[in-house]
Amino acid sequence: MQMNGAQILIETLISEGVETIFGYPGGSVLNIYDELYKSSDRIQHVLSAHEQGAAHAADGYARASGKTGVVFATSGPGATNLVTGIANAYLDSVPVVAFTGNVPTGLLGRDSFQEVDIIGITQPVVKHSFLVREVEDLEPTIREAFRIANAGRKGPVLIDVPKNIQAAMAEYLGQQPRSAVGQITMPSAKSVALSPAKPLDPAELEEALSAIQSCERPFIYCGGGVLAAHAEAEILELSHRLTAPIGLSLMGLTAVPHSYPLNLGMCGMHGRYAATVAQSEADLLVAVGVRFSDRATGNIDEYRKKCKIIHIDIDLAEIGKNVAATIGLCGGVKEVLSALLAKLPLLPHEQWMAHIDQLKQEEMRKIPFRTGFTPQNIIRSVHAALGDDTVVATDVGQHQMWVAQSYPFEKPHTLLTSGGLGAMGYGLGAAIGGCMAKNCKRTVLFTSDGSFGMNLNEMATAVSQKLPLVIVLLNNGVLGMVRQWQGRFYERRFSQTTLDRKTDFSLLAQAFGAAGSQAACLEELMEILSQKLPSDTPYLIDCKIDVNEEVLPMIPPGGAVSDIMVD
Amino acid sequence: MDKKFTVSLIVANHAGVLNRVAGLYAKRGYNIDSLAVGVTENPQYSRITIVSTGDDYMKEQVERQLQKLHDVKLVMLLENGNMVGIEQMLIKMRAEGNGKAAISSLINSYGGRVMDFGETFITTEITGPSEKIDEFICKAEALGIMELCRSGSIALSHGLDNVLSVDDAFRIG
Repeated sequence: MQMNGAQILIETLISEGVETIFGYPGGSVLNIYDELYKSSDRIQHVLSAHEQGAAHAADGYARASGKTGVVFATSGPGATNLVTGIANAYLDSVPVVAFTGNVPTGLLGRDSFQEVDIIGITQPVVKHSFLVREVEDLEPTIREAFRIANAGRKGPVLIDVPKNIQAAMAEYLGQQPRSAVGQITMPSAKSVALSPAKPLDPAELEEALSAIQSCERPFIYCGGGVLAAHAEAEILELSHRLTAPIGLSLMGLTAVPHSYPLNLGMCGMHGRYAATVAQSEADLLVAVGVRFSDRATGNIDEYRKKCKIIHIDIDLAEIGKNVAATIGLCGGVKEVLSALLAKLPLLPHEQWMAHIDQLKQEEMRKIPFRTGFTPQNIIRSVHAALGDDTVVATDVGQHQMWVAQSYPFEKPHTLLTSGGLGAMGYGLGAAIGGCMAKNCKRTVLFTSDGSFGMNLNEMATAVSQKLPLVIVLLNNGVLGMVRQWQGRFYERRFSQTTLDRKTDFSLLAQAFGAAGSQAACLEELMEILSQKLPSDTPYLIDCKIDVNEEVLPMIPPGGAVSDIMVD
Repeated sequence: MDKKFTVSLIVANHAGVLNRVAGLYAKRGYNIDSLAVGVTENPQYSRITIVSTGDDYMKEQVERQLQKLHDVKLVMLLENGNMVGIEQMLIKMRAEGNGKAAISSLINSYGGRVMDFGETFITTEITGPSEKIDEFICKAEALGIMELCRSGSIALSHGLDNVLSVDDAFRIG
């Protein structure tokens, strides 16, 4: 059937299973928005306040739903406003397809009004990008973009569509969506592009099995790759079989239930005490779907002194990139774990288990429970009131680490957080996307006065979409994480981290048409959470916390576990 | 230990691909010694030959990161021993009076072809392994170089074991 480019674009998205698009209209995407208008009964568009918010929403939507997030923006400033959101999706391997309009092909390269080279600008932070120069290429390009975003290690793909391509006519072919799996591999010495998932080498698998069977203190280090591969069951089984504790990277949080006794929580710079110490004492690290970020490893030499490492990842380039693995198993995490489990007997490690129990008790002594309106108690109260199924988004900074350490996540994919990029301002957009992915069920955003200030304009979006967000704002009047570093490493010279603002956040929420109030103690917080939350609009809870609260434990940058600070 | 190595790539032949490949080197902080691009027997594909210097870690990262680029269809690492490599140079030298004889003899000893000449200059072409071209430049310096242009090394695998054929690239898409 003959259609114009904009129609082809929308039809292809619908046939790829897209239900929700986040975006913002503009001069170069008028044709696309015209088609959206006509197709509004078949596909939903969520208007953001700023393109960055739309990009974060598409990212949050993808993380919460497991589907591909889609975002639209116009050319020029619309496109550049997407960049942080695209980089965020790239660093955290989230499948997002971003569409930008551009000036007509005849005006490309002439510094036309609202023209930027968005392909060039985003090149280092996309899996791939396309400039569509012929309308006939549009449908196959979109289908290929969805495939690439989900193939192997997931990530963002950008499609730049000049305005005249949106208007030009072509045949809509109605091709089938392409599968992201089943990549081509070739039995050859030369390396084949786009097929990092080589067939598993049986010799390497045997080597891994024998390393596992001969170890005494195994530790499973689990990252976002486990969630991306939906290999949560396999990780639990591996832990049972090896009698091995599990530590999580920030991106790996939610892959293992908090209540699982061998889940020690997050590892790394602000990792939990028992997890970090146990990891450093292990003689075998089974690292699954992690990339050994500097925030997770600290001093790399110290890290791998005494310990063998089996690194399992779908991206061959990650194996050996940051930490040299003893054995690298490249492949789909689920498939590799299944292959290992098929041959692994039950391996009890009683001494090691006894030691892990000791570490847990040591953790409770070193970081004792404190009563009062502490960040940890606020975070646990929110969980107690809202339950395990609630999706939790965070912004970036101290509150993010407190959530990572203290929120008892039980269900996979219930945390939306900016891990690799660490983008303040991610949270509100992500919460909107996450909430929409879950049929507008109640969704929590933990944020802070610093982070919230970056993109609070998206309150307008949350209000117009009638989203029951619970925004828990930990308000300490400072940029807490940077201040913590200034306090610890810069002799308390608090340069530009004291906010000295007079913003009344609950009034601000009301100004946007949402609701809000302050909570000064846990009782007030619980009262709000149990009685006041509306079902059709956001509610912001402004929680004043002590300015001197720090994120602990902390291993200083480049330090080792022996440098751990607990007070 | 840093060593020179050559990467041979079959890539999709369209605008922006070179940018992605070079951008990958730049993003990871790897220096490119030379780069040569040209279309293959199938106009859908180009071959890029990149020479750079680095240790085994960098070499492995370059290969693995290049494999992830969607426009890169095939990647092959070439090193002395498994490759035939060659480079071409055009060089314009001052040639006056008595100097002319010395230059002619230098050109002859390197099998160069004179492409252009005048009262005061000679432009010659020299082809060979990059080391041979380095050597020629060294000797020509004493005689007076006016300008020169090197093509960058191009290379193919040695023998028949690692043929990077465009047909393979075509099967990948």
